[in-house]
Amino acid sequence: MQKSLETLRNITDDKTLNPTQKARYLSLEAENMLPYPDLDAETAEALEQRVICDMFEGHAPYKPRYVLPDYSVVLSNGSAYLELPAPETLAEAINTLMIAYHHVPSVTGIPVYIGQLDDLLLPFCDGVSDDDLYRKIKLFWRYLDRVLPDAFMHANIGPTDNRVARTILRVDAELKQIAPNLTFLYDPEVSSEQILAIATNNIIECSKPHIANHPMHAKLFDQRGYGIVSCYNVLPMAGGASTLTRVNLKEVALRADNVEHFFTEMLPHYMELNFRLTEARVDYLFNKSNFFTSFLIEEGWIERDRFTVMYGIYAMAEAVNILQEKENREGLYGFDDVANEIGYRMSKEMAKIVKNRPLENVWRGYAMLHSQAGISIDEGATPGVRIPYGTEPDPVSHVQALAPHHQYYTSGISEILTVDETIKNNPKAMLQLCKGALESGFREFTANVASNDLVRVTGYMVRLSDIAKFKECKGSRTNTTALASEAADVTGILDRKPRVVGNELSAGYGQ
Amino acid sequence: MNSLLATVNKILTYSVVDGPGNRLVIFLQGCNFNCPACHNPYTIGVCDHCGDCVAACHVDALEMVNSKIVFDAATCDQCDACLTACPISASPMVQRLSVSDILEIARKNKPFLNGITVSGGEATLQLKFVIALFTAVKADPDLNGLTCFVDTNGHLGAHSWERLLPVTDGVMLDIKAFDPALHHALTGQDSTKTLKAATIVHDAGKLYELRFLTIPDKTDTDAEVARLTDFARALGSNVRIKLNAFQHHGVRGEALKWHKMTESSVTKIATHLRKAGITEVVTPALYL
Repeated sequence: MQKSLETLRNITDDKTLNPTQKARYLSLEAENMLPYPDLDAETAEALEQRVICDMFEGHAPYKPRYVLPDYSVVLSNGSAYLELPAPETLAEAINTLMIAYHHVPSVTGIPVYIGQLDDLLLPFCDGVSDDDLYRKIKLFWRYLDRVLPDAFMHANIGPTDNRVARTILRVDAELKQIAPNLTFLYDPEVSSEQILAIATNNIIECSKPHIANHPMHAKLFDQRGYGIVSCYNVLPMAGGASTLTRVNLKEVALRADNVEHFFTEMLPHYMELNFRLTEARVDYLFNKSNFFTSFLIEEGWIERDRFTVMYGIYAMAEAVNILQEKENREGLYGFDDVANEIGYRMSKEMAKIVKNRPLENVWRGYAMLHSQAGISIDEGATPGVRIPYGTEPDPVSHVQALAPHHQYYTSGISEILTVDETIKNNPKAMLQLCKGALESGFREFTANVASNDLVRVTGYMVRLSDIAKFKECKGSRTNTTALASEAADVTGILDRKPRVVGNELSAGYGQ
Repeated sequence: MNSLLATVNKILTYSVVDGPGNRLVIFLQGCNFNCPACHNPYTIGVCDHCGDCVAACHVDALEMVNSKIVFDAATCDQCDACLTACPISASPMVQRLSVSDILEIARKNKPFLNGITVSGGEATLQLKFVIALFTAVKADPDLNGLTCFVDTNGHLGAHSWERLLPVTDGVMLDIKAFDPALHHALTGQDSTKTLKAATIVHDAGKLYELRFLTIPDKTDTDAEVARLTDFARALGSNVRIKLNAFQHHGVRGEALKWHKMTESSVTKIATHLRKAGITEVVTPALYL
């Protein structure tokens, strides 16, 4: 108990946190003083050893990890609970959204999904001049970054080529803010070549947006569709994900004697334990937390039966390399055909296991596999199925090595292609690279241009100039992550936390 | 045609600096210029099997078999010691590839490609192969959407251009200097053919880019810039000029004593060209 109080005191007196950030860490500590939902001994031990992981979501899941409200509900009907009439003008519509966002919970308390903005706003744009639209979007964008400062907050646009999407791309390139994160849904049958080119030019400008393979996602969902949220999660609209748990494949590989032992015993075993962890968390949320009495349900923004669970995996690169060593082979993950084949087999096998394990209180009864992009404490464990940062081959070979995985990761998978800045003189190359990646089966295309101030770390944006001092000392991607989002002892060289952070990345106070 | 083989130094399936979009680049071995400022000097010579590189290889990837160098790519750890040991700026690691070998590589990477560029060395030294390759690309229903570009020093006669241009979509042509003596000092060759080639290619509507390597106190002088400006304007104000900046990366020998070109000096030249009415002037995105 004494230690807990000490932690609380450290938070209240912290030099680097602002009061809002302190309140958040205090609430996390308080939640974690409660006992964990009941786990069997085996599962508890695997969690303790972090072979499986609950992303430090907290001991008492009283809200889903990700909530994707159907904002068209509040824009069409207004809200009785919030005492809002249905908006009639563009200004009213944006204002309604700005209010709505404050009532959408998530694992961090900041909404991870702010809507399919072009679909939502287009009905209010008749008679609005281009200049007026531009000014209003610009104010809206500034509001989002300053008031909801979390890089995981995600806006979607596309696949059609329309005024709102174009204006958002223009403003996003101009302001170069960390928030919101942005995805353009691309469908070669619907999107114009021109708007895709604008989007890929924006990547050269500010490393945003992501380009999503819309046809590949859309076929997995129903009429109500899907949204892309946080750092690359694809989830049912008007629902979301109750929880995200993950298996550390490196730890599983360390416990296996060889490749066959890994596949026949260790992987199924730890995957089952991770299912049990998921079940315990979902049970608490659905049966104890009273979350689903919220006005969001009552007014139809979300539906209780549209929440999936994300089944994450990570550190495939390390796992494959460890197994290669156990088999006395040298070839490395990402480069060697035999090593890559082991990786593809893992993805295929895990997808099969997830498809055959029914779960209660989960959308359509089964989890959705996810290539998890990491949190700040992940040392020596590469995100998802990625190739370790700094060792990746050229972007084309990179895509070709990882494309076969993408079919299996239905709730999201992302790779970051780092492109050198010579591409600034040749934007056509970025467009072709994007098309090539999507045509090769990538679910989404994300690229960083090496010299941009705004760069992506695991999946969310940071400004290099914010952390320039750190860069001089180390400059590695994972350490940058830790620095950008983590506490004072690591970030002693910064006098305060960056204003805009990625809260999801944090494993808790002082981590 | 099947017997036609190219001597290839390297193939890239990702390049954004060798023409429009992302390109498959075939670096052909051998050059008819001998530029001290060359940033890939190991592509200049063609191996004469002298054997000096064999001893330099610390993993025994090279051996002499029947007076010929044999290279084992699987053993090689890419230390490049053999390149340093070579007395004639050649490479023992070249590959001999056929047109169909290259078409196969293009097919495998097609979704990512805007086109194919042959570079070097000096690509036009293997003119027969280049023409065969481009002809085959254009005849292939899967690949004929790819544009075919040549990156060249232009040291090629008018008759050869007549054969090459019909199957070529674009040319990137390097002019090393305008003053004849300076050109000779920087390349070991006369500039007449190159300057004439620029006109031939431009008149055919296939000059994608005229490149000019700026080197402090050599080609960045007022006199050289003035002649570049006049030359470009004579071709037409729509000619795209790419200014390259001399850097030390890859360079060997005497030229390492030369100063590197700075961004501000390049910008000054670019401004001059733009003021003179050249609409498209490209400067380096990166200074090493």
